[in-house]
Formats: sequence, structure tokens, C-alpha cells
Amino acid sequence: MIGAQKQEQFVPDLGKYAFDVLAAYGVSAVFLLALVGHSAWRSARMKRRLSETEARATKNRGQRD
Amino acid sequence: MSIWEFANPKRFMDATGPLIPVLGILAGLSLAVGLVWGFFFTPDDFRQGSTVKIIYLHVPSALMAINAWLMMLVASLVWLIRRHHVSALAAKAAAPIGVTMTLIALATGAIWGKPMWGTYWAWDPRLTSFLVLFLFYLGYMALWAAIEDADTAADLTSVLCLVGSVFAVLSRYAVLFWNQGLHQGASLSLDAEENVADVFYFPLLVSIAGFVLLFVVLVLVRTRTEIRNRRILALISRERAA
Repeated sequence: MIGAQKQEQFVPDLGKYAFDVLAAYGVSAVFLLALVGHSAWRSARMKRRLSETEARATKNRGQRD
Repeated sequence: MSIWEFANPKRFMDATGPLIPVLGILAGLSLAVGLVWGFFFTPDDFRQGSTVKIIYLHVPSALMAINAWLMMLVASLVWLIRRHHVSALAAKAAAPIGVTMTLIALATGAIWGKPMWGTYWAWDPRLTSFLVLFLFYLGYMALWAAIEDADTAADLTSVLCLVGSVFAVLSRYAVLFWNQGLHQGASLSLDAEENVADVFYFPLLVSIAGFVLLFVVLVLVRTRTEIRNRRILALISRERAA
């Protein structure tokens, strides 16, 4: 019984504003994850493109020489 | 060692590479501790009820929305005065982060405003100046995308950044300039009397630290991406010229 009460206290009772609070956290999580995800994806793509371009440039230089 | 050494792209890449994982872990930890502490382990406010938990997202994101622009201002001034490419690229890299922070501040503010003020939006001085700041961010990013020559784009966006700084400062001090708005005064102040209660203050500080660290990490990651992009373009144009 005491354990159940403790568990109830751990999850906060947001009362009549539950939707507003959860919506604020949900919207922020979506924006932050999108930002972090886009930054990581673009960084990985640019790293790959740079190594491809450098490899091609080295190969072309070798052919010219 | 001078800060200007980081104006060299190679030095910047070498110095920031090892920093990113460390700062990333610190950012994740601070955000997790601040938000979990704020959401689960703080009481409701006697007036605002459980909506006070929105403060742990709204205040840090609003703070970063303004400070990201101020960081862009410093970087733009460095570009205009000393012509260091890394600083122009750092300003460009910070804009998408700043616009996301502004969007979070506007969205969480609107969600918080509905139960507290009875409306999602009011043409209040702080809200309006934040909306204008958001539009400046969009304009800044659009200008970078619209101009092909990178140096010209850096010049024009730097000037736009100088103009937009008026709204960044206004967003911070609008509540003090005009008193007729709905928005309350600052939640954090050097004057302890004006701060929120300690029970909300400490998790808020941790959450702010998390947002600051996240901003720094993302600026570093995105600046490195921009430097790589610039290198790709240089290699391609060299290939075409050969």
C-alpha cells in the first residue's frame, strides 16, 4: 500500500493542465530531436561527400601528372 | 594561444573535434537532470498549478533564442572587421539553432498562455518582438540560401544580423520598456528578490545549462559541416578550372 502510494507520488498529478504541460514537452521534444537529427545527418552527409570529392580530386591530379 | 588561431579552419577542426563528444554528453546529462528534476520532483505553483513545469523549457529556449542571435552578431562583426571565414560560417551555423529555440519559446509560451491568460497569443510587446525575431531568423537563413557567392552572402547577412540585433535586445527588455503587456517580468535576475522560488530556480538553472551546452555542441557540429561544405565547393571549382 505504501509502495503504491509512493508510485503514485512519483508520477506527478498534472491535474486539469495535464494536456497543456504534456503538449509543451511533446512539441519541444519534437523540435529538439529534429534539430539534433538534422545536424547529425547533415554532418555525416557532408563528411562522406568531402571524402568522395577529395578522393576524386587526388585521382584526377594523379592522372594529369 | 590567441582566439584568432581558431580562424584557421584546420586549427578549428582539430581543436573542436575532441570537444564535441564531451560537450554532447554534458549537454545530454544537464538536460536530462534539469528536465526530469523539474517535471517529476518540483511542486505545483500556488497560482499557476502544474503549468509552472513549462518554465524548464520556455525560459531556457527563450534565453537561447536571444543569445544565439547575439552570438551571431559577434561572429558577424568579426567577419565584417577581420574577414575570418570561420566566424561567418559559425554565424550561419547558429541560425537554424536559434530559429528552433525561438519556435520552442513561442510554442511553449502559447501553450502556457492559454490556461493562464485565456489566449494562445496576444500582441504583447515581448511576444511581438519575439515573433519579429523569428521572422528575422527566417530572413537571415533565406538570404544565405539565396546568394551564391559565399563572401557576398556573409557580408549581406552580417548587415541583416546587425539590424536584427535591435529586436534581439528588444525581446529581452520589452517587458521593461512597455508595461502594458501580459507577459511577466524576468524569471531570473541578479537580484535574488526578483527570482522564482528556490524550488523552481535550481532545476531551471540546470536546464538552462543543458540548453547552453546543447547550443554550443550544435554550433560546433554545424560550423564544422559548413567548413566541409566550403572545402567541397573549393575542390569542385578547382576541378572545373583544371
